Amino acid sequence: MAFGTIKNVRKVFPVGELGSRATEPVVALDDASFSFERGELIALLGPSGCGKTTLLRIVAGLIAKTSGSVTIGGREVTGPLGDYGFVFQAPSLMPWRSVIDNVLFPMEILRRSDKAARARASELLALVGLATFHHARPHQLSGGMQQRVALCRALIHQPNLLLMDEPFGALDELTRLEMNDLLLRIRQETGASVLFVTHSISEAVYLADQVIVFSRRPARVSQQIPVSLPYPRNQAMRFTPAFTQAERAASEALGIVPHVEALAS
Amino acid sequence: MTARSLTRIVYPMTGLLLIVVAWGLACWLGRLPVVVLPSPDKVLYAFAGNIPLLLEESWVTLKETLYGFGLALLLGLPMAVAVANSRTLNLMFYPLLIALQSVPKVALAPIILVWLGPDLQSKLAIAWLVAFFPIIVDTAAGLRATPKELLELAHSLKATRTQILFKVQFPAALPFVMTGAKVAITLAVIGAVIGEFVGSSEGLGFLLLTATSQLDTPLAFAALFALSILGVLVYLMVEAVELLIAPWLPPAPERH
Repeated sequence: MAFGTIKNVRKVFPVGELGSRATEPVVALDDASFSFERGELIALLGPSGCGKTTLLRIVAGLIAKTSGSVTIGGREVTGPLGDYGFVFQAPSLMPWRSVIDNVLFPMEILRRSDKAARARASELLALVGLATFHHARPHQLSGGMQQRVALCRALIHQPNLLLMDEPFGALDELTRLEMNDLLLRIRQETGASVLFVTHSISEAVYLADQVIVFSRRPARVSQQIPVSLPYPRNQAMRFTPAFTQAERAASEALGIVPHVEALAS
Repeated sequence: MTARSLTRIVYPMTGLLLIVVAWGLACWLGRLPVVVLPSPDKVLYAFAGNIPLLLEESWVTLKETLYGFGLALLLGLPMAVAVANSRTLNLMFYPLLIALQSVPKVALAPIILVWLGPDLQSKLAIAWLVAFFPIIVDTAAGLRATPKELLELAHSLKATRTQILFKVQFPAALPFVMTGAKVAITLAVIGAVIGEFVGSSEGLGFLLLTATSQLDTPLAFAALFALSILGVLVYLMVEAVELLIAPWLPPAPERH
């Protein structure tokens, strides 16, 4: 049985819940179904505002779904399970804590903030290249460095599943490429399963085992595209036929380029 | 001398000196009677000659101010938490609080005097009343401005309400609390003095009233200066506390 199963998930925001301007219920997510194995990295790709983020929050148990079912690691998700890592678009660090205390925040909440946790935090910071920044304050770091701290914070409690909501969307292109490689390296070392929301086609293809493509609102899963590139990946793979093929398939699913079959006929 | 100390000390001091010189010239050239405007040297003389008296009265006003401010913190913080975290309480009381804030608290001073008598309690109550509103309003605003992501992060880890309050919301609100506290402490001084004006037998406000009624304007000015010094000192105290408990703070956020 698959590690994670999302089945016919639908989310309708009733009038008034998304602010007073909406005059009728908003269907954020119409029908999303897909499944993934333990350790897989799944990219959720789609136009902005298409409900990918909503799906991520449903999987996290932060908001309730209208219908459908979400099962992660054999457990039905009805509320927060407490063993997910979450990375947001903004680093969202706590300015009142030092870097290492930011990383340790989940352990404090889970009441597991001990020596071993500290050692693991140091390890993670070293892994992302911030070994010498333990006692720095977040505002002293660049955006990319802050996001790396946020990544450590998401991994400190050894979560089953890492949920990432356009985590590198606000970074410049070069930093973003670096972060992509860093994420893949971390995934390899921790074996965590990852759900990664993005609206960058090339980022989705570069990172993922499978790309789940969403249509415009109301969002449905329009296609599930396996990426046949082997891991570990490197930037040179961006220029291989397999990469281009996957990019093309995702673009077709998004309706940006016409289907090959349509052209042929 | 560095450029920094030049701009931070020398310029303000020069400005002050210019004003004192202009003030002295006005007294001398305009031949103003001492009762109307005493010259700077007379005020300085009155100040230096009454230091024990000024200290004694300052101590009274300081106590009223700090007690009122302390009580405002003690009651304001938990009430802000209640108002910010409960939709019902918020709907019930927040509009009322805002409405009450616009009531001129000075107008309540005589009533409070009737209730609590001319001793410390009434002064404390008035100082509390004026200091209370900025603290509760700013704290509630700060609590509600907690970044959504941090709350989601805490929820995703199944944090308890207490954990969320003390590890996320309250630290996030601290810059707002400190801004409110800085406004509150200066208002508390004003509240204490108003209380002393309305009915008291001690304190700098009382000294000010007595001195003017005896046409001892230099002493009144000396009391006024003591009051300004007191105001600055308590403000600096709050700022020092801020540096101590929140050294990470960027420059204070813009209010309202």
